Amino acid sequence: MSVLVIADHDGKHVRDTTHKTVAAAARLGDVDILVAGKGVGDAAAQAAKIDGVKTVLVAESDDLGHGLAEALEALIVPLAAKYDAIVVPSTSQGKNFAPRIAAKLDVAPITDVIEVIDASTFVRPIYAGNALETVKTSDAKKVITIRPTAFKPAGEGGSAKIEKIDAGGGAKGAKFISEEIVKSDRPELGAAKIVVSGGRAMGSAEEFHKIIEPIADLLGGAVGASRAAVDAGYAPNDYQVGQTGKVVAPDLYIAIGISGAIQHLAGMKDSKVIVAINKDPDAPIFQVADYGLVADYKTAVPELMAALKQAGK
Amino acid sequence: MKVLVPVKRVIDSNVKARVKPDQSGVDLANVKMAMNPFCEIAVEEAVRLKEKGVVTEVVIVSIGPAQAAETIRTALAMGGDRGIHVQSDTDLQPLAIAKLLKAVADEEKPNFILMGKQAIDGDNNAVGQMLAALLGWPQATFASKVEISASSAKVTREVDGGLQTEEVALPAVITADLRLNEPRYASLPNIMKAKQKPIVAKPAADYGVDIAPRLTVLKVTEPPKRAGGIKVEDAAALVAKLKTEAGVI
Repeated sequence: MSVLVIADHDGKHVRDTTHKTVAAAARLGDVDILVAGKGVGDAAAQAAKIDGVKTVLVAESDDLGHGLAEALEALIVPLAAKYDAIVVPSTSQGKNFAPRIAAKLDVAPITDVIEVIDASTFVRPIYAGNALETVKTSDAKKVITIRPTAFKPAGEGGSAKIEKIDAGGGAKGAKFISEEIVKSDRPELGAAKIVVSGGRAMGSAEEFHKIIEPIADLLGGAVGASRAAVDAGYAPNDYQVGQTGKVVAPDLYIAIGISGAIQHLAGMKDSKVIVAINKDPDAPIFQVADYGLVADYKTAVPELMAALKQAGK
Repeated sequence: MKVLVPVKRVIDSNVKARVKPDQSGVDLANVKMAMNPFCEIAVEEAVRLKEKGVVTEVVIVSIGPAQAAETIRTALAMGGDRGIHVQSDTDLQPLAIAKLLKAVADEEKPNFILMGKQAIDGDNNAVGQMLAALLGWPQATFASKVEISASSAKVTREVDGGLQTEEVALPAVITADLRLNEPRYASLPNIMKAKQKPIVAKPAADYGVDIAPRLTVLKVTEPPKRAGGIKVEDAAALVAKLKTEAGVI
């Protein structure tokens, strides 16, 4: 079976999500990678090093550089003729274009896969992760999105050949206008080993900034937020952890002032160690927390900062 | 301008789904059902566009069993003008839904389609994108802001890392994210008025599209449970546990 993985990258670097998607795709067969974008030479060179990759295809255009779904469709649908499966990381970008390709190929997409049983059988979460469904597809060709946190990344020791290909027909009917991407020195939320998240209890954007960010920085972690905190404007939308936001599985997840709504738990309950700080002893977050501290964050977080510093952090 | 708004009836978002003991699916008997939250946001946006005079007609469509008509009524009470109920007693998969919606769009010829980005039962986040592809229309998914002009829509989208704004030519499919708006509660007079609004029902089979399932659900299981944790006394105890027991700092 031959598989085409669509790389997730930021223009310069291939993201860790790509390595994880390659690991999942390698369970299906031989893997080629497509790096689509603009000025992606470095990213393509990195993709060529991922273990198990046979060929890196590179396609460049302005529309691809903006990741427009229509341009990716025009590029990938003709390429799909040569492959048995198209495998895409389940990022906001992947979720945007993968179903489009599936529909054009008349294939039922299998989204957010967390386990590959065999070449046509997969496990995926449904109902905010409160149930897992095992599905078998009857489609000869497969379009699959992979939840990266569920797979260990493929290593880097390969040297695949790099091949330039035509960029396809562009984004018919769609035009990029602008973007506001948050620049941060912190690790990316989806890939961070430690995540510190704040909830509605923060009460304001200033408080969120004052409480959550310093402790995340002390630990070298990423900052997350509950939907309630984002809805209230305390944190930007891309901080949201949950069913419809980001799904994270860090080594350590610290939830501060987060009650633990079903949809939030869906985004973090696969973390290795969960810490919850909440003044309500009955908050649902304590049911998934390995370590719970029933306390007002206003006193608990400064104490925690002090204790961490004393412990050499 | 006419806007078509597909809506889905799902388990209420505050209810925790429970897996059936025989692993055949999720138990929906006697469970509170409601309109999918993202669909509510799409309906709200369509109604606001009508209130602003941008849109003249809001057509609601839902695919499902008899109770799907209740969901259409809810959308009509929020301000939709009329409904289309595509009747199906079997649980259709996203590809089949997209094909049926395409057939409805071919008949209705809306200027654009506004729908939720994801249903909270299947969590696929796929139908809008597939519908756009089948229609050959551009798409603007995960919208947090929508501005409609005569021949295009300017849409701000929630993406990893921030926001992206793009312009799509109409007709197009736009899918709503959480922060597009806060849906209204239908008032009692509007609920009464909605009872008089027309809903046309038509069996899914009559649309003449292939709705056979491609995926077979072999089983539905409970996710592995996290072992219960402990409560710690104070911050110092927490740090000690993280350092020596968990080894994560």
